[in-house]
Amino acid sequence: METIFLTFSKYILILLMLIYTFQCFYVFRFSDENDRNGIYIRQDIVMSLVYLTAFAQLYVRMRDTEVIKFYATTQLLFWSVILLYRLLYPEANKLLVNNMCMLIGTGFIILVRLNYQKAAKQFTVVVISVFLSVVIPFILKTFKRLRRFYWLMALAGIGALAAVLIFSTAINGSKLNLKIGGIAFQASEFVKIIFVFAIAGILTCSKSEKRNMLSAVIAGIHVLLLVASKDLGSAIIFYMVYIIMLFVATGRKRYFLTGMAGAAFASVIGYRIFSHVRVRVEAWQDPLGNIETSGYQIAQSLFAIGTGGFLGMGLSQGAPNRIPVVEADFIFAAISEELGVLFGICLILICVSCFVMFMNIAMRFNDMFYKLVAVGLAVTYGFQVFLTIGGVTKFIPLTGVTLPLVSYGSNSIMVSLIMFSVIQGLYVSVRKSNQSDGD
Amino acid sequence: MIFKRSKNTELNKEDEKAGNKQIRETANKDILFVTYVFVLVFAALISYVAYFAAIKSDSVINNAYNSKRAELLAQKVIRGEILSRDGEVLAKTVYEDGTEVREYPYGPLFAHSVGFFTQGSIGVESIANFTLLKSDDPVGLRLRNDLNGIKNRGDNVTTTFDIELQKTADLALGDRKGAVLVLDVRTGEILAMVSKPDFDPGRIDEIWEAVNEDTENSPLLNRATQGVYPPGSTFKIVTALEFMKEYPEAINDYEFDCNGSFEYEDVKISCYHDQKHGHLDLGSSFARSCNSSFAHITSGLNRESFNTTCNELLFDSRLPSPFSYKKSYVDLKPDTSIGEVIQAGIGQGKTMITPIHMAMITSAIANNGILMRPMVIKTVKNAGGSIVRRYEPQEYGRLVSEDNAAVLRSLMREVVVNGTGSKLLGTQGYEAAGKTGSAEYSKNKSLSHAWFTGFAPFDDPRISVTVIVEGAGTGGDVAAPIARSVFDTWYANAH
Repeated sequence: METIFLTFSKYILILLMLIYTFQCFYVFRFSDENDRNGIYIRQDIVMSLVYLTAFAQLYVRMRDTEVIKFYATTQLLFWSVILLYRLLYPEANKLLVNNMCMLIGTGFIILVRLNYQKAAKQFTVVVISVFLSVVIPFILKTFKRLRRFYWLMALAGIGALAAVLIFSTAINGSKLNLKIGGIAFQASEFVKIIFVFAIAGILTCSKSEKRNMLSAVIAGIHVLLLVASKDLGSAIIFYMVYIIMLFVATGRKRYFLTGMAGAAFASVIGYRIFSHVRVRVEAWQDPLGNIETSGYQIAQSLFAIGTGGFLGMGLSQGAPNRIPVVEADFIFAAISEELGVLFGICLILICVSCFVMFMNIAMRFNDMFYKLVAVGLAVTYGFQVFLTIGGVTKFIPLTGVTLPLVSYGSNSIMVSLIMFSVIQGLYVSVRKSNQSDGD
Repeated sequence: MIFKRSKNTELNKEDEKAGNKQIRETANKDILFVTYVFVLVFAALISYVAYFAAIKSDSVINNAYNSKRAELLAQKVIRGEILSRDGEVLAKTVYEDGTEVREYPYGPLFAHSVGFFTQGSIGVESIANFTLLKSDDPVGLRLRNDLNGIKNRGDNVTTTFDIELQKTADLALGDRKGAVLVLDVRTGEILAMVSKPDFDPGRIDEIWEAVNEDTENSPLLNRATQGVYPPGSTFKIVTALEFMKEYPEAINDYEFDCNGSFEYEDVKISCYHDQKHGHLDLGSSFARSCNSSFAHITSGLNRESFNTTCNELLFDSRLPSPFSYKKSYVDLKPDTSIGEVIQAGIGQGKTMITPIHMAMITSAIANNGILMRPMVIKTVKNAGGSIVRRYEPQEYGRLVSEDNAAVLRSLMREVVVNGTGSKLLGTQGYEAAGKTGSAEYSKNKSLSHAWFTGFAPFDDPRISVTVIVEGAGTGGDVAAPIARSVFDTWYANAH
């Protein structure tokens, strides 16, 4: 009986995930949020089924009643979130709400399998962050003058990054954390959001070349501080976000092109100067040849993904714990190993649908400031997803960033949820004002 | 302050809405553009992941560091069989009292080549580890087995090994320490690989401690691929090649009078057992393996060019070996002393090579200068016998020019007709060619490893044979006869 269930549930899980992913893109056929409602309801059902199937498998394998408790609690949490958004913010984008739950849920599934302690901690952080995220749209609605404080935000961002550089403890060669009262805050994560607001503010307050140059200087300082802290992943993200925001703000394609060229140029220089860049490139070029040193992590990741194949080894049937940092940066490898590469590709597509929806929302804003904020946050999110999955699959060298909403990590989850809720908040306020204008 | 702080943001917003519709639309076009770029990049990423899972993963996951997952797979799949090129079973899994046991019908004969997998893994058991644990039976059958809780059957691997050649090499090497490698020069197939001392792989679990502790004999060491030895006179192949490249006219014009030794600056090189070879040309220098002549040749070579040639012949480089191997080494740096360089020229000094590397160089020379990538697996079939994958011979690259390869082949024939390889004269039905070597490896000059590396038939090269017998004497006396038995068996079976 069990074997039959386990065999079939493997295929059912992948099928359900494919349906959910298809639904994510199907909603784009309907440009009006109201028309999409039927799809959203069906999505909620599919998502709940995915979650149920996965946890049923986990229970059968792990035989631990804690699993059932965890499932019940978290599933209730997701349903509450969906319900709360419908009640408090009916104008919110429901695809983003669904995907938010789906991504966090996937994280939960694999974390319960990898390390129950961490799953529990993740849950706690998610609850706090969800509370925060429900409050943020309200804050944004009320305090529309936030945009005035972009100067303050720019300075706060620079200040925080500088503080990290000077005072922090070095972890694995990069200075990332600032310990305040025993909790490790990764400043670069939170500064990401402030940065987007700051740049959007600078770029929209007046139109002049001097303003463009100033924005470049501010952005440059942020990036250089990050490079000095050896947090190259964040540095690349900040740089990309700035270039694209500048491009959208000014409409000049040459900014985009020179920006890309600049990135290529900087990569070459970075390679020459920094040994830890060379180590990462070496590991990317030949992980198996360097398996005893720099290539070990990536090799284990490839072993996991490769052995699992398209259909996966099955939850609890692989060896994901062989991969260092598997719960955080390398979570995609664990998911692919046990749930299958097909499932993994669906996960990537879900993230892509979030990104596209962010950009879609950006296009709906009439106000350039909100447009830029939305674009900035979208690129922050989308580019980070690309960096982490690209690194883990050896498409590009590793850059030490996490998969938003899925990876274990308080900073990662908190900031990602804030990002989603900021976009929801802006979207809600715009839809409300559009509605009042008879849009 | 550069930026104006406007008093009425509400009013400004209205202005923007009315006047800047153009800018908004341009911005939206730009946003769309960025979206497309991102989607394209993600499409590339997804394609790459799918490509990796479908195609590349097989070669990546087959790694000793991935043993844990192999074990997990083994819980669900019965390990497939390893077969000789004629389909004889070399390794199979049987059930004894309900547990799975791996049997090796030929016992120690394929100890290193087929190998084992229960204590780490070596040999084909290691190379094909994941292939043997993957079932390609029809999907319906596999699903039925899954539902009934029955293990599926892994794929079977057909190797390139020829049992007759393996037996001949094994018998000829006897109880002595050393290695024999037989390659098909036109395809790169490894027809036989023997390393002695050996052990019984079927009892590897019981004897594991003993074989590990036997540091005197090191039976677990695959001497064919991981035994590093000074090449001795077999290296004269490389020296001769460099000589031909630098002084093409000298192939015919070279002359040397050997009186038993050669002195250059503060170095003195003697011929083996202080033999005086008299008047020699290039052919006879090579055939009689005159150290003095070759020391003289080496003294006139351009060191940088010599080093480059060695690199082209894969010294200090990665070898296209399917089995784990040790890299070969030669010291021809700008600051190396001339004495060391001359020693290198006759294959002594710090120079080190593995038998498989020697076999590759020989095979390339035999195959008009082109090395075929050594391969040990011919086909993979599912348990039912349907072919899952066929491996085709692949060119690795050109190691030697066609002309130079031809000259080297002639020189190697001279060795048999007029030189140290005389034990290969009078072979029935074919003519053999090669180079002997007696490599000194200690201060005691009377001790040497016996080398022979060669190919046959001379007029239409098919196979190469490389032999080394540790500490056994001269290549001509000890190693050449072993090669002869192998050539004879090959000829007999091929006709």
